[in-house]
Amino acid sequence: MGSIKDKVAIIGVGCTKFGELWEKDPEDLVVEAAYEALDDAGVAPDDVQAAWIGILYPFTGLSGNTFSDPMKLFGIPVTRVENYCASGMDAFRNACYAVASGVYDVVVACGVEKLMDTGSAGLPMQGFSHPVFGGVSAPGLFALAATRCFNEYGWTKEDLARVAVKNHKNGALHPKAHFRRPITMEDALSAPMIAWPLGRFDCCAMSDGSAALVITRPEIAEKSKHKDDYVLVKANALATATGRPMFSNSTDFLGFPATRYAAKAAYAEAGVKDPAKEISLAEVHDCFSITEILNYQDLGFCAQGDGAAFVAEGHADVDGDLPVNASGGLKCFGHPIGATGCRMLYEITKQLQGRADGAQVKDPRLGLAHNLGGPGSVCSVTILGRKD
Amino acid sequence: MARIASSGAYVPLYRLSRQQIGDAWGIPAVPGERAVANADEDSLTMAVAAGLDCLVGIDASTIDGLFFATTTAPYNEKQSAGVIAAALDMRRDINTADFTGSLRAATTAMRAAMDAVDSGSAKNVLVVAADCRLGEPESMFEQLLGDGAGAVLVSKDGPVAIQGAYSLAGEQVGAWRRAEDRYVRSFESKVETQYGYATSAVAAGKALMEKQGVTAEGIAKAVITASDPRSYVAVGKALGFQPAQLQDTLFLSVGSSGAALALMMLAGALEQAKAGERIFLLNHGDGADALLLEMSDVIPEAAGRKGLIGHLFQKRQLPSYTAYAHFRHLTDREQPPAAGSPVTYWRDAAQELNFLGARCKSCGVVQYPPPRVCAECRTKDSFENVKLPRKGTVYTYTLDHLSGGQYLNVPIPRLVIDLDGGGRVFLEMTDGDPNEVKIGLPVEILFRRLHEGANFHNYYWKCRPLPQASS
Repeated sequence: MGSIKDKVAIIGVGCTKFGELWEKDPEDLVVEAAYEALDDAGVAPDDVQAAWIGILYPFTGLSGNTFSDPMKLFGIPVTRVENYCASGMDAFRNACYAVASGVYDVVVACGVEKLMDTGSAGLPMQGFSHPVFGGVSAPGLFALAATRCFNEYGWTKEDLARVAVKNHKNGALHPKAHFRRPITMEDALSAPMIAWPLGRFDCCAMSDGSAALVITRPEIAEKSKHKDDYVLVKANALATATGRPMFSNSTDFLGFPATRYAAKAAYAEAGVKDPAKEISLAEVHDCFSITEILNYQDLGFCAQGDGAAFVAEGHADVDGDLPVNASGGLKCFGHPIGATGCRMLYEITKQLQGRADGAQVKDPRLGLAHNLGGPGSVCSVTILGRKD
Repeated sequence: MARIASSGAYVPLYRLSRQQIGDAWGIPAVPGERAVANADEDSLTMAVAAGLDCLVGIDASTIDGLFFATTTAPYNEKQSAGVIAAALDMRRDINTADFTGSLRAATTAMRAAMDAVDSGSAKNVLVVAADCRLGEPESMFEQLLGDGAGAVLVSKDGPVAIQGAYSLAGEQVGAWRRAEDRYVRSFESKVETQYGYATSAVAAGKALMEKQGVTAEGIAKAVITASDPRSYVAVGKALGFQPAQLQDTLFLSVGSSGAALALMMLAGALEQAKAGERIFLLNHGDGADALLLEMSDVIPEAAGRKGLIGHLFQKRQLPSYTAYAHFRHLTDREQPPAAGSPVTYWRDAAQELNFLGARCKSCGVVQYPPPRVCAECRTKDSFENVKLPRKGTVYTYTLDHLSGGQYLNVPIPRLVIDLDGGGRVFLEMTDGDPNEVKIGLPVEILFRRLHEGANFHNYYWKCRPLPQASS
């Protein structure tokens, strides 16, 4: 097998404000994010040769039309990509291979979701697992891991709350985040229960939003607006695990094998031997507070069982040795599902370029973006690095 | 003649005192408490529970027929007996039938089962009866009625002989419920009791006693069903029975359980009867059925069979009348129907109703739902069906406040359960307090109505903590 390392460059990024955007529809969001990315890249819409758009729910949009109709870019290949919460990063993945192959020169990867249009409490879960049985809410799925980890490792609700407090602190500084208010431990611990042991502040909110990236090969990037500071793709990995972990005899609910598989492949591709030391910052999938803690372990930032200590000891703070979710994460930035992967890459790109919108991590060299979808059954990991 | 090989019963866990019902409305209350089926129960699910109880230690594949008796079938058009037979994992080449429309339906079904066995068309026929009748709110019926189920296995061989039967056809007075009515109706209870009940019951009882050449002295127990707490005593007396010979009508502990009552009371009598004793069964409703039974031997105990007595001791008080109102959907909000697919339901029936898992023939691991490719060793299409065990232990869980796009104040516990003997399932918990759930909790698996996706009854399995006997 080959490698994507250093074969793909990001030359422009765009992102809408995330939040309860009642007055905006998918067309508004796609146009805003894509045009911001194209302006950032200095690329005209007519120069786009292909596009991929990550969307989870059919009510947001079906087919590549969800990109081509708003942008009025017809005649080019446009594909809708769906892979649970990894949809946006999987759209990016497909775009990377298109330019790396040499067949396409300049393409767009985009993601969008209009969750607020559903009017329901929590994510619609129809179609997950089985039409008749196996029903559970999204928080409920991840709560199963929290319950088991409390039992195995002695973690507590306080450990979970620390993640929420950290991410709210970061989100408050980011102008595009959904929630921009710091919270206290007390706020987190006294919040209404959603799916025990996860309370309201352990769960990322429902949000609308879109993000987009313009992608090309390094030799073309050298002649672009961002010729001095374009960002290189060091690795891109995707891995699946069972979509029915609660029916699988071997699930231990102490971590997510999909993340471990994808991280291993990404580190090998990027040549990272000690992630805890070599990764400068990470945007990880904190759909729920417990997920972020398990992500630290599964991504190799710390040992199995040490996830709660990792955040308690401040390693994941913006000024810690491995800042995690400097943007505020899914918790605060929001999680319009199809958009999130692209939003993370937007954030890592701007952090590496020293022009982060919110809290800037000091002098980052390698950034990692991580998405975990479904019941932890699809994981995408991308590692980006500075060109120098 | 056909015999009885086994019996079983089921009483829902919850009880509501009649005083609570009376207090809710500010009306007088009669004594005792009534059994209340949970929101996810109906006559079909209770029949499955009673059938499982009756079949403990008996191979379901030996059963040639399933007759279901009720006045509250969950479908007006769609056979319940077929669904019950699938949940009991019976063969497909059997005779299934619903016997509906009368309080007497269970003994009508018994007579049909006896005739099938006597004619040689069946060796074993399971008769299950269940009812979930609804009394109009604020009425006396609401206090008198109770929910429950009973079962009896009519067989070519068995310890209980059926010595004779007699039936008297219908009369026009008694409680009724039209197809468009939700609640049981009554016009004049004195007339219904005297002419609609007592007259037929006594006539049928006397006729059978004469036909069989027996008197009340030669009978150990009279199982006489009734719709109210008192009138059966007079019927018994008219047939020569002393009050001590009369089987408990369950009025104080369960309530008037409709078509189920005869089999629940019979189960209670059979559990206590000694070898050599005779039991007289007299059932009413649009006429009367009388049967004379004799214990050639006692029905052997089976480990895990609760019978009537085991269920009577397993109970939990409902905190209020409002809980009953919720369970019976008296206070339902208008909601759009849940999504579902009767096509998917049919295709996956073996997983949903029979609760079958699969054991990989290569590596032996039990998996659910049954796959094409083994999750452990990746061998393709090499499985044998396995009936999943009905007991397990909680591995992890959550208490889920989100369901169907709504926030619920009382969460639904969702449990990952390691089944005794292998296999892992993910089920809702019912009949329990969410605060009771913990890792390691032993649970039993029950058949319940899960949801109404596509405006169709989606039956499936749930679990509950192994009940404790309560005082």
